[in-house]
Amino acid sequence: MVDAATPATAPPTIRPRRRRPLSWRLILSGSWLLIVLLAAIFAPFVAPHDPLAQDLLLEKLPPFWVAGSEPGYWLGTDGLGRDVLSRIIYGARIALTVAFVAATAACIIGSTLGLIAGYYRGWIDQIVSRIVDIWMAFPPVLFSILLVAVIGTGLHSVILAITVIDWIRFCRVVRAETLVQRRMDYVDSARVAGFSQLTILIREVFPNTLPTIIALLSLEMGIAVIVEAILSFVNLSISTDDPTWGGMIAEGRTVIHFAWWVLVFPLIALFLTVLAFGQFGEGLKDRFDPVLQ
Amino acid sequence: MSADTAGTTGAYLDIDDLSIALRADPGHRLLRSVGLHVKPGEVRGLVGESGAGKTMIGKTIFDILPRAVAVVEGSVRLGGEDLLALPEGKRRKLIARTSALIPQDPLTALNPVRRIESQITDRLTAILGQSKKAARDRALTLLEEVHINDPERVLASYPHQLSGGMRQRVLIAAAFAAEPKLIVADEPTTALDVTVQKQILRLIAEMQRRHGTALLFVTHDLGVVAKICQNVTVLFGGKVVEDTDVKGLFAHPAHPYTAALIGATPRYDRPEESLLPVPASVIEDTHREIAAADAAWIVARSPHTKGAA
Amino acid sequence: MSEALFKVENLHVSLPDPNSKVLFGATPMIDILKGIDLEIEEGTVVGLVGESGSGKSTLGRTLVRLIEPVRGSIRFAGKDITHLDEDAMRPLRRDLQMIFQDPLSALNPRQTIGTIIGRPLILHKLAADRRAARKQAEEALDLVGLPTAFAGRYPHELSGGQRQRVGIARAIATHPRFVLADEVVSGLDVSSQAQILTLLARLKTELKLTIVFISHDLSVVRRLCDRVVVLRRGEVLENRPTGPLFDNPEHPYTAELKAAIPLPEVDEGWLDAS
Repeated sequence: MVDAATPATAPPTIRPRRRRPLSWRLILSGSWLLIVLLAAIFAPFVAPHDPLAQDLLLEKLPPFWVAGSEPGYWLGTDGLGRDVLSRIIYGARIALTVAFVAATAACIIGSTLGLIAGYYRGWIDQIVSRIVDIWMAFPPVLFSILLVAVIGTGLHSVILAITVIDWIRFCRVVRAETLVQRRMDYVDSARVAGFSQLTILIREVFPNTLPTIIALLSLEMGIAVIVEAILSFVNLSISTDDPTWGGMIAEGRTVIHFAWWVLVFPLIALFLTVLAFGQFGEGLKDRFDPVLQ
Repeated sequence: MSADTAGTTGAYLDIDDLSIALRADPGHRLLRSVGLHVKPGEVRGLVGESGAGKTMIGKTIFDILPRAVAVVEGSVRLGGEDLLALPEGKRRKLIARTSALIPQDPLTALNPVRRIESQITDRLTAILGQSKKAARDRALTLLEEVHINDPERVLASYPHQLSGGMRQRVLIAAAFAAEPKLIVADEPTTALDVTVQKQILRLIAEMQRRHGTALLFVTHDLGVVAKICQNVTVLFGGKVVEDTDVKGLFAHPAHPYTAALIGATPRYDRPEESLLPVPASVIEDTHREIAAADAAWIVARSPHTKGAA
Repeated sequence: MSEALFKVENLHVSLPDPNSKVLFGATPMIDILKGIDLEIEEGTVVGLVGESGSGKSTLGRTLVRLIEPVRGSIRFAGKDITHLDEDAMRPLRRDLQMIFQDPLSALNPRQTIGTIIGRPLILHKLAADRRAARKQAEEALDLVGLPTAFAGRYPHELSGGQRQRVGIARAIATHPRFVLADEVVSGLDVSSQAQILTLLARLKTELKLTIVFISHDLSVVRRLCDRVVVLRRGEVLENRPTGPLFDNPEHPYTAELKAAIPLPEVDEGWLDAS
C-alpha cells in the first residue's frame, strides 16, 4: 500500500531534508582504522624502536603496567628482545597493504562478473555461475596455501591467492543484488526510454548495487587481513624478516607461559582491525541507503 | 460528530478512548482516543485510507504493536477482560483463545515450507489442547465448510501449490478453527481478483453468520463495506470521524470527509458523477479538527487540570 | 481514413515459465497471448481490462516492445515494430512512453527527480544539455501539478501520490504520441486515485495523447476510457466503446466482472446473487 501521510489533496509539501548524524558504529570503527592506517604509513616516525633490532639483554620484558618493565617498551619485548609495539605497528603495513590491494582486486573482478552475469543472464550467467559453483568447492585456506607453495612466498603471492579465491564472494552477492535490481520498474522505464542495455547496467543498476559492494569490500578487507595472518602464522606469507601479526602470534605461542604479551597484543590488534573493517562496511552501507528514513 | 451508536453493553470487543503514540514522541499520537465496539454476531466495518491507523487498531488488539509504539491511554476489552491490564502471558492466552485474524496477503501469511495441515492443526492442539487426530478431523470439517472440494489433498499441500483464492479460503478456515469470539479481517480481499473477491466475501459472511462471531472488517473499499457490513467506523488520521450504521453512512454521511470519500469512489453506473477528488478544504478542516482534539487532550492530561479535576 | 496508431494482428507472446528451473538448455515457455487482434486509434483512451493471468500487462509491455512477440505483427504509426532491435527502436521510443504501477520501484532511488525526467530528454536530443533538460523537467512537473523544486529531490522524499505524478511527468516530458498506463492507480488511496485519473483526463486533451489504460478495476475504466478491451487468458473477449459495453455486455464474462464489483451502496441481495 502507498502512504497517505500527506494526502495528495493537500498542497504539495516538501519534507525538510535531515542530515543523518554519523552512527557510533561508523565513528568507532572508522577511528580505529584511521589509527591503524596512520600508524602504518608513518611507522618509521611513530614506532619507538626498530622492529628488527634484537637485544638479548632486554628479552621478554613485560608491558609497562607490570613490574619489571623497561620504560620505552610499552607493550613489552619478545623472546629476542624486539619491541612488541613497534612490531605491531610495522605489521600493520603488511596487513593493510594486503587488505587494500587484494580486497580491491577481488572486488573489481567479482563485482564486474556479478553485474554482467546478473543483468544479461543467458549463457554468460550459466558459465559464470558454474565456475563459481566449482570454485566454491575448494577449501579456501588450503587452496591459498597450495597456491603459495607453488608460486613461492612473498607479498605478491599472498595478494594473488586472496584475489583468486575471494572474487567469487563478490560475484555471488553482486549477482544476487543485480537480479533484484533488474526486476525493478525503473529498469523497464529506462528500456522504454530507449537507453542501451549497457548504459542501463552502468548508470541505473550499478549505482544501486554500490551500497552492497562497499559493505562487502570492507568486510573483505577484514577477511584478507585474517588470511594473511593465517599464512604468516604458517610462515607462508612474506619472504622477508619484516614483522607480521600472524608471525608474531606464531612466535608468541612458544613463549606464552612466560611472556603472554607477545601473543596477546598482536592478536588484539588483529581482532580489532578485522572487527573494525566489518563494522565500517555495515555503517557505510546504512549511510548510503537513500531509502532509510 | 462521532455518535456512539453501539452501546458498550453486550459488545464483545470494547475499545475505549484508545490512544497510541511513538515512544520517542508521546505527544504525537497515532491513534487518537479511539472508541470502537463490536457485538457478537455483528459485522462492523473499519474504513480508512492508508496511514489512517486501521492497521494499528488490529495490531493493538493482537498485541503485536511495533516496539517503537506504545499505548498511551485507554482500554481494550475482550469479553469484559481488559487486555492491557493483564500480564503478558495471560494476555497472549486470552487473545489466542478468543480472537483470530484473517490477513491481507494469503501468500505471505502461510509458511511456505510447511504443509497446510500442520499450519491449521497446530493452532488447535496448542490453544484447545486437542489431540492430533481430533484437530485433523476438525481441520477437514472446516475445509469442507469453506467449500473446498478436496480437503484431504489441500491438507497435504504446500501453500504455493494452491491458488490465491484457495489460500484465502484456507486462512478463513484456520481463523474460524478455534471458534473465536472475535475475528478481525484485515483487508482480506485486497489482493484478490474481483470475481474471487465476491466469492470470498460471500464465504466470510456465511461463516460469520453460522458461527455468530463478532467481525471487525478492515478495508479501504467503500463498496465492500456497503455489501458486507452492518455498522461502520470511519478513521482519519487516527481519529474516529464517523460511527454509524451502513445505510446511514451512505444516505446521510455526517462528516464531510466521509461524504468526500464516497464522492471520490468510482462507480461504473454513474460515470459523470463519481471521481470528484477529495477537496483540499475537507482535508484541511479535518486536520484542524485533529489538531484541536490533540490540544484539548494535552490540556486535559496536564498536571494542572488533573489536580483541579 | 488514416491508419490507426497501433495495428496489432494475430499477436502471440510467450514468456519463460517462472516455476521451472533447468540446469542447462532453454527454459520452457508459457503462452501468454494467444492471437490478439487490436487497433488503437490516435487520440483515444483504450482500457485494457482483465483479471490476473489475463495477459493485459503482457500485451501492454509488448506494445511498447519491452517484450518481443513470437508470432504476429505490431504496426506503430505505420511502421512494423514487431522484431526491431534496440537500435532500430530507439528513435521511436520518444513517442512510446509508459507509466508504471509501483511508483516506488519505477523511480531510480539514487537519482533526483530532475535527472529521472531529464535523462531521456538528452538521449533523444530534445534537450541540448543538463541545464536545458532540467528546465524541461521542471515544466513537466508543473504540468502535473507538482512544485518545480521537486526536481532536486529524491523519490523517497515524496509521498506515493506525488511519486506517481512524477512518473506521469516523466512519461509526458518527451511529448510522446502514445502512453501506456499500467495499473497506475491500483496502489493508491481513493483520494489520490481520483486526482490521478482527473490529471490523466486533462493531459489527454491538452497534449492530444493516445493512452492504453491497463486496469483490473472496471469502475476506474468507465470514466476515463473511450473503448474497453476485455481480456481473459490471453484472448480478447470484447472490444467495444465504453458506454455500450457497460450498458449491454455481450460476453458473459464481462457481465460476470461487472456483477462482481461492489458499488458503494447498500444492497442486501448482492452477496447471494452470483
